[in-house]
Amino acid sequence: MTTRASTMTPRYDVIVIGGGNAALCAAIEARRGGRSVLILEAAPTMFRGGNSRHTRNVRYLHRGEDFHLVGDYLEDEFYQDLLDVTGGNTDERLARLTIRASEGVGHWMAGNGITWQGALRGTLQLSRTNAFFLGGGKALLNTYYETARKLGIEVQFDAEVCGLEVRPGDFHQITVGSEAAARLYEAKVVVAASGGFEANLDWLGEYWGEAAQNFLIRGTPYNKGGVLKLLLAAGAKAIGDPREYHAVACDARGPQFDGGIVTRLDSVPFGIVVNRDAQRFSDEGVDMWPKRYASWGGLLARQPGQIAYSILDAKLASEYIPSLYPAIRADNLEDLARHLRLPPVELRHTIEQFNAAVVPGTYDPTKLDDCHTEGLEVAKSHWAQTIDRPPYMAYPLRPGITFTYHGVGVAEDGQVIGDDGHPLGNVFAAGEIMAGNILGRGYMAGFGMTIGTIWGRIAGQGAAAHAER
Amino acid sequence: MPSDELKVIERTGPHPPLVQLLAEADRQMTICNACRYCEGYCAVFPAMELRREFKPDDLIYMANLCFDCRACYYACPYTAPHEWAVNVPEIMAAVREETYREHAAPKMLARLFMGSRLLASFAVVAIVSLVFALVLATSGSAAVFGTTGANFFAVVPYWSMVLPAVAVSAYALAVLAAGGVRFWRDTGGTVGQMFSVSALFRASKDALGLVYLKGGGEGCFYPDELPSMSRRWFHHFVFYGFMLDFASTTVAAFYDHFLDAHAPYALLSVPVVLGLVGGVMLTIGAAGLLGLKWRADRTPAHPSMLDLDVVFIGLLLATAVTGLLLLALRETAAMGTVLVVHLGIVAALFVTLPLGKFAHVTYRYAALVKNQIEIAESEHSA
Ligand SMILES: Cc1cc2nc3c(=O)[nH]c(=O)nc-3n(C[C@H](O)[C@H](O)[C@H](O)COP(=O)(O)OP(=O)(O)OC[C@H]3O[C@@H](n4cnc5c(N)ncnc54)[C@H](O)[C@@H]3O)c2cc1C
Ligand code: SF4
Ligand code: SF4
Repeated sequence: MTTRASTMTPRYDVIVIGGGNAALCAAIEARRGGRSVLILEAAPTMFRGGNSRHTRNVRYLHRGEDFHLVGDYLEDEFYQDLLDVTGGNTDERLARLTIRASEGVGHWMAGNGITWQGALRGTLQLSRTNAFFLGGGKALLNTYYETARKLGIEVQFDAEVCGLEVRPGDFHQITVGSEAAARLYEAKVVVAASGGFEANLDWLGEYWGEAAQNFLIRGTPYNKGGVLKLLLAAGAKAIGDPREYHAVACDARGPQFDGGIVTRLDSVPFGIVVNRDAQRFSDEGVDMWPKRYASWGGLLARQPGQIAYSILDAKLASEYIPSLYPAIRADNLEDLARHLRLPPVELRHTIEQFNAAVVPGTYDPTKLDDCHTEGLEVAKSHWAQTIDRPPYMAYPLRPGITFTYHGVGVAEDGQVIGDDGHPLGNVFAAGEIMAGNILGRGYMAGFGMTIGTIWGRIAGQGAAAHAER
Repeated sequence: MPSDELKVIERTGPHPPLVQLLAEADRQMTICNACRYCEGYCAVFPAMELRREFKPDDLIYMANLCFDCRACYYACPYTAPHEWAVNVPEIMAAVREETYREHAAPKMLARLFMGSRLLASFAVVAIVSLVFALVLATSGSAAVFGTTGANFFAVVPYWSMVLPAVAVSAYALAVLAAGGVRFWRDTGGTVGQMFSVSALFRASKDALGLVYLKGGGEGCFYPDELPSMSRRWFHHFVFYGFMLDFASTTVAAFYDHFLDAHAPYALLSVPVVLGLVGGVMLTIGAAGLLGLKWRADRTPAHPSMLDLDVVFIGLLLATAVTGLLLLALRETAAMGTVLVVHLGIVAALFVTLPLGKFAHVTYRYAALVKNQIEIAESEHSA
């Protein structure tokens, strides 16, 4: 399939950079369009699949029942949900295109081997907006890699792209690996599906300084944004605020990379959160899940040392999803302060002040209840209950970064555009690297996979068409 | 604030003490319970979700609910080289193996037999040789090597065949039943629950249909990361082939005892047809399973459980093949030799039944019943 030039540089119609959901969807479509396709994935085989390997579900438009999804989920509601989470930080044209194209994506995925998970007893009830793929993202990727293999798509692992020479109208040149042992490839069309740059702490450090070293990166360590940088250098239009990212509260004891879904903590609304000076700094009871889920990462990142502690007492012990690491327990506040290395006098003061401000009500974790505080500088507006029944429990929290918003601008056919709005020429982008066009802020569960799948397909089809010319 | 709470628990030796295995299973289930991505694959994860912590009896129960389909291994983003090194099928198999060992009797023999593939193979060869020697000594070499015309009882007299068979089966049954009852008690089951008709019925359906060898619907992940139904079909062949062979023997005994119709039976008689179909199914199933295990990825396997599997399936295969051979050669002078070898292998199979992998039938079934009781209770309270 490889057509070799006289230079002996391997040539392909389409080279897809990245090995996650967007990359595989693009490669599959391009190959189905009859092109020779090579996937270059930076990670080794065992860690292939980027952040997509940590995912669980995908959101898509449907009229009536669709596999295990119930009811209707139509364009207007979908778009309104997007406006709610992004606060309007979206390109309406591209957003509506994504939403419309998502209709039927469940069938496309099933057609490529994905199995859908039905409702179970337990946590997952029938859903209207989000479809759960059986086994999660890694199982999904195993399936897509097998589909790709059957289609005759070539894959190189441990293949980090470090150079990209964009040559409109000719073969683009791609360099893989370090300068010492560089390998060259040529392709008529390149699809960049290499994710965000959240795993690049130095890059984040350009905006966040020292603090960036204290961030936990929930996903793959391989999303360092090298290709994003190369595209921006080649003149691609930059979109999304490079400072901004989606982040949640994670257990500070988790690994710096690849802790995935399991290190997230949802204990925040049930107690109070104090920083390392034992001071509360934000209303723990403003929002219901999932909104509150997404706001705490950013709050933590702005605290000294990027650390804080969720503190609860015995009566609240089993309100939330079981935690990965056990709570740090103590029979009195002094011991708790000692375990957490917090100033004990301040901690006692903060908790006593909080307890005194709690206005009793009817506690109900399933809605915005009437348990709140009065007279505090930092209020707790719902689920406020006194913290006074030992053993006391605490979880150390750090910001866990999910993904970044900074990326490249694209046209409706998936081509990367320059600042002037014109395509760079035969360079496409899909997934997180261009998601900021549509999701400029906030997050909506399952939408990352929607964007990756839809734009992967668009880019793959576009790439197949362009490679023909 | 780094933590070593989630560090892999070191194990000592090829058969580490149960406490180490349970500590490791606890560690992994704690990760899984915060994740739950695999909840659609099998009964283990929904059972896990009913708990916030895992006591030894919970883990032993859950380990026996795991059918080693390996779906969760390939779906897990935290398998080695990730520092958490999650490998649920491996640790569950390790705990299961300990269950078999702990509940077997006599324990000394079980420890030896489950010690290694080599010892187990040696035991099998020893039993076969012993049977051969006994027959030679009692019937004489003329009877063994000179009998023709499918006259089995000229080689081994009727009662010499029946009495040891009944004795060995009774011993096997007694040990397995005792193990089952202890397992039931150890995992917190009550006597009343043991006779819960609807749970027994549902569990039997799960067991006879091999529901959990369907993985999440597409089958088990053998030989590697993609599902297929082959393991389920091969297992079906083994189980139902075994049952047909068992039925064949029972019918033959009935003919002999009550109808005064003696072997050899005609090719189209009930015992021969049952035996033939059963033997062929068992051969295909056992060979298929061995082949799958041979080709399968070893990472999600627990090595000594794999040994148990191979020995047990090997014995089943040998039983089936020698049985078929006996049928094919029953009119020839080789009949005597084949018969004695076949009986020796059957004897080895039954003597080692409660000492090896066959025990899974008991504990899996008990776990399935417990699971059905738990499901009914959780639905009731919801
Ligand atoms: C813990 C967690 C849970 C999530 N859950 C969900 C969910 O349930 N539903 C949902 O919709 N979204 C979820 N998301 C978001 C989702 O992961 C992303 O939106 C989506 O996976 C992006 O897909 P992608 O293919 O663009 O990027 P990725 O899947 O991250 O793939 C990027 C790929 O590019 C490769 N790469 C990077 N640089 C280079 C280079 N220089 N050369 C070669 N290859 C390179 C990487 O190795 C990787 O394979 C979750 C994210 C996290 C972290
Ligand atoms: S095996 Fe891995 S993916 Fe599956 S539930 Fe456990 S931790 Fe999650
Ligand atoms: S191996 Fe299969 S049966 Fe065992 S826990 Fe994993 S998914 Fe469940």
